[in-house]
Amino acid sequence: MTLLEAEQLSMNFGGIRALDGVSFEVNSGEVFTIIGPNGAGKTTIFNLISRIYEPTRGRLAFCGRDLLRLPAHDVAALGIARTFQNIELFEHASVLQNLLLGRHAHARGRFVEELLFLPRARAREVAHREAVERVIDFLDLQAHRDSLVVNLPYGVRKVVEMGRALCTEPRLLLLDEPSSGLSVEETEDMAFWIQDIRTVLGITVLMVEHDMSLVSAVSDRVLALDYGRVLTVGTTREVQAHPDVVKAYLGA
Amino acid sequence: MRFLLKTSYEQDLRLFRDAVQRNWYIALGLALLVLPALVPTYLVDISLVFIYGLCGVSLMVLAGYTGLVSLGHAAFLGIGAYAHVYFVQDLGLPWVISVALAAAVTAGAGVLVGLPALRMTGVYLSIATLAFALIIQEVLTRWERVTHGLKGRPVDKPVIFGVSLAHDAAFYFLCLAALIGGLWLTANLLRAPTGRAWVAIRDSEIAAQSMGVNRARYKTLAFAYSAALMGVAGALFAHKVGFLAPDIFSVLLSIQFLLMVVVGGLGSLHGALFGAAFVALLPVLISEARDRVPAWAGQVVALAGKDAGAAAFLGVDRFVKQPGLEPGLFGLILVLFILFEPLGVYGRWRKVQLYFSTFPLYKRATFRRQKTYMRSERLR
Repeated sequence: MTLLEAEQLSMNFGGIRALDGVSFEVNSGEVFTIIGPNGAGKTTIFNLISRIYEPTRGRLAFCGRDLLRLPAHDVAALGIARTFQNIELFEHASVLQNLLLGRHAHARGRFVEELLFLPRARAREVAHREAVERVIDFLDLQAHRDSLVVNLPYGVRKVVEMGRALCTEPRLLLLDEPSSGLSVEETEDMAFWIQDIRTVLGITVLMVEHDMSLVSAVSDRVLALDYGRVLTVGTTREVQAHPDVVKAYLGA
Repeated sequence: MRFLLKTSYEQDLRLFRDAVQRNWYIALGLALLVLPALVPTYLVDISLVFIYGLCGVSLMVLAGYTGLVSLGHAAFLGIGAYAHVYFVQDLGLPWVISVALAAAVTAGAGVLVGLPALRMTGVYLSIATLAFALIIQEVLTRWERVTHGLKGRPVDKPVIFGVSLAHDAAFYFLCLAALIGGLWLTANLLRAPTGRAWVAIRDSEIAAQSMGVNRARYKTLAFAYSAALMGVAGALFAHKVGFLAPDIFSVLLSIQFLLMVVVGGLGSLHGALFGAAFVALLPVLISEARDRVPAWAGQVVALAGKDAGAAAFLGVDRFVKQPGLEPGLFGLILVLFILFEPLGVYGRWRKVQLYFSTFPLYKRATFRRQKTYMRSERLR
């Protein structure tokens, strides 16, 4: 079943064409990876899906619903969560607060109840906390619960950011370079987690990644992108062997 | 060293961390209850601390938690003050209803400022709020039918449910109650999704948006809530000064409010209160110093010789009677805080607390600030 469908996506920044008619489909339950050299337009695709950018042309549908008609803050409630290439955590808040904010899509404002902290608001907070604790257990973040994000090392922040995305209970998880800045060991952990996210939590994963060992370990299908155009789609092995991909990376 | 054992999620939702902390607050409450009997002459000044505390909490929500620095908060105070006086004295409404209406009017003004502010960040937003404050001051001067313009208008003592609160001690308790109420409501919001959404907007708008935070809604809400608190503070402030004139609500007052939250420590309610105490009591301290310090200096130096003592008295006397001493001192203290303790009084307080609770294992590096280059390509 098709979960996310992109059709003829184009994006211009002034005279620069970041994306040029990109079409692809992400099926429910798979790990779909986008690879490509720097400036190929990978992160632009993510920013289009999370509605930070407005595409110049094209169509984006999630579960058959037109994504492009939604404002950015309604994408999470639809079931799409994301992480960022350079980590966009709430640095001066604790890990727990960061994760709880991940529940925001399920916590629509009842201002007066919150103002007086009525029993209903309290009960909702406890329920959110329980959901957050499940993610904390899943990602082994117990030790960092109350630390401020500014005081955490980079590798842990990366996991916290993924945890925050998981707290929204997404159907589609967008991971923007999950292994960048991580040590080899941390990258291996990340590979296990991505596999678990898919098989245990049943969440479809769309990721942008450079580390080919991670890509081949977890991906079902890989899309290669260069200069905003799709070179090929296939398994990791097929894509790596494709002459256009080799040319794009090596310039031969 | 004390270690807090947590056994339920409810524990993290409590306003007080544990029994020890709660007992300290109860002790503080008792101290504030008997304070009027101990220092009757300073009650008016301490009432001002409470009113400024409310202002501090208001600006802390906006600047400290949502990251929207306002340079025009005195305008909201002015709107609240004039609205309240108009409702009570011209329309004859009951006191409590009048305060509620004043808060509502100020919240409305907050929304009006908040809406255009949605498209502005950082310094541009501060300038916009500054412009707003200047406009409001002009309106307060010109709208004579309501405000009586530059002539000013006297304010009666508060009468609540037929009981006159003319006595200083009664007004003291009124201000204390308002402050505690404001603190409670704000603390409630801060432990709920609303407060987290504000912090999220402060730290990363783009991530907040991707997690489902409606930026427009929560920024406007922050402005409205902050302004409403300011409206209540304004009503009390009107009674405190007893005579309203537009020039009270000047830009200088707005800057004092900002000073309050920065000196107290951005991002904590404690900080707002520390800052309020500082800003409200420093002028009192200075005026006390004016009366006493020259004599002390004279007496000390007089030990060396009578003529030197007289000269010292005159010299110190001339120094402390400089007209610009107060704003000068405010400025100096602000600069020193930004240089040496950016976390403010509350930050210093936390360090002292941590030092004792982890003694002898305190690590200096816990609070050392680190330069990070992780957020190089931020999305805007």
